[in-house]
Amino acid sequence: MADTTSPRASSSVTRTPTSLTQGSTTKGGIGESTLRPDGILKVTGEFAYSSDLWHEDMLWGYTLRSTVAHAEIRSIDTSEALATSGVYAVLTYDDLPTEVKNYGLEIQDTPVLAHGKVRHHGEPVALVAADHPETARRAAAKIRIEYADLPVVTDEASATAPDAILVHEGRDDHHSGHVPHPNIVHRQPIVRGDADAAAARADVVVRGEYVFGMQDQAFLGPESGLAVPGEDGGVDLYVATQWLHSDLRQIAPVLGLPEKKVRMTLSGVGGAFGGREDLSMQIHACLLALRTGKPVKIVYNRFESFFGHVHRHPAKLWYEHGATRDGKLTHVKCRIVLDGGAYASASPAVVGNAASLSIGPYVVEDVAIEALALYTNNPPCGAMRGFGAVQACFAYEAQMDKVAAELGLDPVEFRQRNAMEQGTVMPTGQPVDSPAPVAELLRRVKSRPLPPERQWEVAGGAADVRALPGGLSNTTHGEGVVRGVGYAVGIKNVGFSEGFDDYSTARVRMEVINGEAVATVHTAMAEVGQGGVTVHAQIARTELGVTQVTIHPADTQVGSAGSTSASRQTYMTGGAVRNTCEAVREKVLEIGRRKFGTYHPAWATAELLLEGGKVVTDGGEALAGIAEVLEDEAVDLELEFRHRPTQAFDLRTGQGNGHVQYSFAAHRAVVEVDTELGLVKVVELACAQDVGKALNPLSVVGQIQGGTTQGLGVAVMEEIVVDPVTAKVRNPSFTDYLIPTILDTPTIPVDVLELADEHAPYGLRGIGEAPTLSSTPAVLAAIRNATGLELNKTPIRPEHLTGS
Amino acid sequence: MRVTFTVNGAPQEADDVWEGESLLYVLRERMGLPGSKNACEQGECGSCTVRLDGVPVCSCLVAAGQVQGREVVTVEGLAGEGGELSTVQQAFVDAGAVQCGFCTPGLLVAADELLERNPEPSDGDIREALSGNLCRCTGYEKILDAVRLAAARTEEAV
Amino acid sequence: MEFLRPASWEEALAAKAEHPSAVPIAGGTDVMVEINFDHRRPEHLLDLNRIAELQEWEVAGDTVRLGASVPYTKIMEHLRAELPGLALASHTVASPQIRNRGGVGGNLGTASPAGDAHPALLAGGGEVEAVSVRGTRLIPIDDFYKGVKRNALEPDELIRAVHLKKATGPQQFSKVGTRNAMVIAVCAFGLALHPDARTVRTGIGSAAPTPIRATTAEEFLAAALDEAGLWESRGVLPPAVARQFADLVSGAANPIDDVRGTASYRRHALGVMARRTLGWTWEQYRGTEQDELDDRSKPCA
Repeated sequence: MADTTSPRASSSVTRTPTSLTQGSTTKGGIGESTLRPDGILKVTGEFAYSSDLWHEDMLWGYTLRSTVAHAEIRSIDTSEALATSGVYAVLTYDDLPTEVKNYGLEIQDTPVLAHGKVRHHGEPVALVAADHPETARRAAAKIRIEYADLPVVTDEASATAPDAILVHEGRDDHHSGHVPHPNIVHRQPIVRGDADAAAARADVVVRGEYVFGMQDQAFLGPESGLAVPGEDGGVDLYVATQWLHSDLRQIAPVLGLPEKKVRMTLSGVGGAFGGREDLSMQIHACLLALRTGKPVKIVYNRFESFFGHVHRHPAKLWYEHGATRDGKLTHVKCRIVLDGGAYASASPAVVGNAASLSIGPYVVEDVAIEALALYTNNPPCGAMRGFGAVQACFAYEAQMDKVAAELGLDPVEFRQRNAMEQGTVMPTGQPVDSPAPVAELLRRVKSRPLPPERQWEVAGGAADVRALPGGLSNTTHGEGVVRGVGYAVGIKNVGFSEGFDDYSTARVRMEVINGEAVATVHTAMAEVGQGGVTVHAQIARTELGVTQVTIHPADTQVGSAGSTSASRQTYMTGGAVRNTCEAVREKVLEIGRRKFGTYHPAWATAELLLEGGKVVTDGGEALAGIAEVLEDEAVDLELEFRHRPTQAFDLRTGQGNGHVQYSFAAHRAVVEVDTELGLVKVVELACAQDVGKALNPLSVVGQIQGGTTQGLGVAVMEEIVVDPVTAKVRNPSFTDYLIPTILDTPTIPVDVLELADEHAPYGLRGIGEAPTLSSTPAVLAAIRNATGLELNKTPIRPEHLTGS
Repeated sequence: MRVTFTVNGAPQEADDVWEGESLLYVLRERMGLPGSKNACEQGECGSCTVRLDGVPVCSCLVAAGQVQGREVVTVEGLAGEGGELSTVQQAFVDAGAVQCGFCTPGLLVAADELLERNPEPSDGDIREALSGNLCRCTGYEKILDAVRLAAARTEEAV
Repeated sequence: MEFLRPASWEEALAAKAEHPSAVPIAGGTDVMVEINFDHRRPEHLLDLNRIAELQEWEVAGDTVRLGASVPYTKIMEHLRAELPGLALASHTVASPQIRNRGGVGGNLGTASPAGDAHPALLAGGGEVEAVSVRGTRLIPIDDFYKGVKRNALEPDELIRAVHLKKATGPQQFSKVGTRNAMVIAVCAFGLALHPDARTVRTGIGSAAPTPIRATTAEEFLAAALDEAGLWESRGVLPPAVARQFADLVSGAANPIDDVRGTASYRRHALGVMARRTLGWTWEQYRGTEQDELDDRSKPCA
């Protein structure tokens, strides 16, 4: 693809992303488990991640963060830091170059650097650029900040008390008019039918209060990037993110630069899971680079990473379910309070999801739902895989088990009796207009044989502790161990909802190189590990009949791809690639008709395809080689793709066709619990999921297993612990924020259904998030089954199981 | 200070090394070998695993000065001289064990050493040997597949 | 910061004498975390990697002299018979990579109550060989831990080795963590039967300001075994004895609530671990003659 003529500084930057060119010995099209085009670079260590970037005279940026959660900043003295040898710049709020000093995904409430006060522990206050990271750290330690502590609001009671201190004074964002209190970011009720009247018909009513802890995305590649000042006064930014154009929209105004002078390139991304939806070091690196005139690299360490990105909203959820004796739900009432922390981030959209998906994949005519997100002085929360649906699923699935128990019904049977299907109307009034095989997914996980009991026993009567709760810590040789089995199913929306203009862009070029027709795909899609680049190559092969496909690095030289989130990229950017490929194919055929149309009538009359490097008729007759058609001509198109429009939810009733598509997964968890010590070993976590169409079955299974494991993590170990008095984070490290190891993760058998959604490209369904939903409640259900305990909080801690 | 040691068979030297720098930092930022990854810098993730005199260690917890005169093998040293992938590297690609790939270099070094030590590991052995390497993307199933595949291929080749 | 690289033990001692605040670094698995996370900026780092004798061990008579830097992996592989409790504890240390670097000297030097080796060292019994240019002294392990992350070393002393009693009976180690691998102890317990002396020793980790022994529990159990003649008869241990032992261990702890667990859970878990490890060791004692003990002192893996 032709290089643009912008004054990029990339020539002297090393370890920048390269194009990925991949051939194929098979057709390599959709439906095949083709291998990742970046796989070889990733196993040799050559793949260029954002923390690998290097420039010969680069400086290191460092962020000084608040040590308190809520305080006025009385003064900042940077003089000693600035005087440190090797320091090139020290920046505070006063150094910001324009009137735009805040950013944010939806509400621009987040200061680039704290001004006047800090609102959460770890908020950026000052920046240093120096010739070595240690120089920068030592200089930062010399910055004197005088704080005057303010009271903290940490939960609903303290945030909405009559005399509550306001986290943001003078709000004028578009949610401020309809929220009942300025410390509520957004509130979404949903009312459908008459829940009170329906409750009168219920034979059993079950109420529960649930608590979901704060989960961290814990992607392994820390926030990092390199900003290089350009000769034109602009800046080149290489960074790991989920949505280049969203970053750009937030960065450029703060720098006072037109967007075209902020040239962004996606560097290798070490996982994301929602945690790179918001900006982290992007603006900071650019500010330092523009101030010093030198390239500036910023790399967070793990400690800083815990403060550098938003987390999953912790939540309190109250539910009431009613059912008739014959096992039919009468109504659901619920109230979901999400803690958004100090800044809005994605909270409004998370509220919309939590509310609209709050009752799960069930048929319930009469509902009364309320979801809201708070502003508090806790760490900001925003996007994470599952996005509002995860917290709700944990609670409604616990409720489904409780109702089943009240009715004396099998929990799977009870769910199946109430399972939604195609045509079911959501609480929002939106009919589900594609397959919704909820009962079938449950049937599949239930019918799977159970794993053998006592797998820890080895010859000679000894015990393999690796297969027992406690693992290598040698806490049991079988004593106290009880097995439990639990089920859960969930529903997740795919794509951006609530009337958002959700689109993606793909540029596709087809040309002949060395006698062979090849395609180049250029999008701004953030490959964060999910395998979008693999799928794009497959789509290009399928649509254009080529073998060799080059994936151009993602950057802002092409239109927006939207975010790698909401399970949307295969649908949206995959859709955009297909869309553009189809248009390219038409152009190729036009050229063919122009050149060869007179030689064969089929050029005019037949349905023509590109296959195996040739133009062929739908009857299989080859008319010409693509290379002959194109010769030295190239076809190069850039087009946008949109999904069906959606509607906003009514602010009072929550009614509206808010979602594009739904995604469903079910899990069965088999656990073994050391009931005396409260330790858990998950033995198997089987999943069944409808994916519509598996474009790459190997990647699909990998996504499901990965999502399942993140759900397992928040069931039994993962939680950011925030001190309720100081609002400070108590465990910002991988020593005390634990994610599952390979010894905590069981076999994850996956059953993939492919029921096409006729509205979606190839019939596919976004898959990334659904398995994260049902995994957690399935594990909790299994632990309840093993212990007989109620367990209304996740993650489970040993003391919850022992009562001590 | 100056530090000199052997990396992947070749002598390497770094000057002006700050005494608090880790082997990981020196490899990544001074020797142009960023394959070893910086995920936690506290020995809790294994993404920086290298072999120090043959033994797998977290390079983030080795002080640069401690490596003076010693031998280090990183992920960049696993492939053959002609660039052909090692058995375990190829197996990771083929089995779908790579997603974001940030944990991959450390896992490869650890898995390679496991198979050298124990060519026919049980699943329990694989899990134990890789229990110091966190992966956030895959759920580990495909990683197990990859190590099993590498073991089977090595067995076949014998 | 200055990086001192002594080539010999004598040079190391001289360096430590000259710079008493120098921080010794061997496996680096504690020190480097503190440096990477900017928690510590010592004026001098004293590298002990070049001192070969720290990586060596000798078995002589009824003791093992274990070099301070012998990695946990080597203890697991080579000293399971002589030091079964420490070998089990070694296996629970962090990850394979850390076990390849870290050794007992680091645990002792840091003296964190959460160090995995401590309960096994306390239960097995032994002495810490502390050396300075002034000479060598052997500090009984019972006197070594002085406070939260404080030990009995003088500023100019380095740990050369630990002198550990070879096991004369079954030993066990058990640790609660909230993950099945690579986890810091919520609390831990070590137990060693010493049939030769008709005594029992214990060690408790992460449940008091320092690693401690549950001496009342030890004395109770030794007396109960003696009174019932169980050392000789190798008879069934009465459940009431096991229960009381567990209660006494639990009662010996002085834990706090922290981000890893609650005080009451720690007390509870110590009781469970005490009862279980006692069951395992006693069954092993009952079922084996002394020369067989060595092979069966651990569960698989």
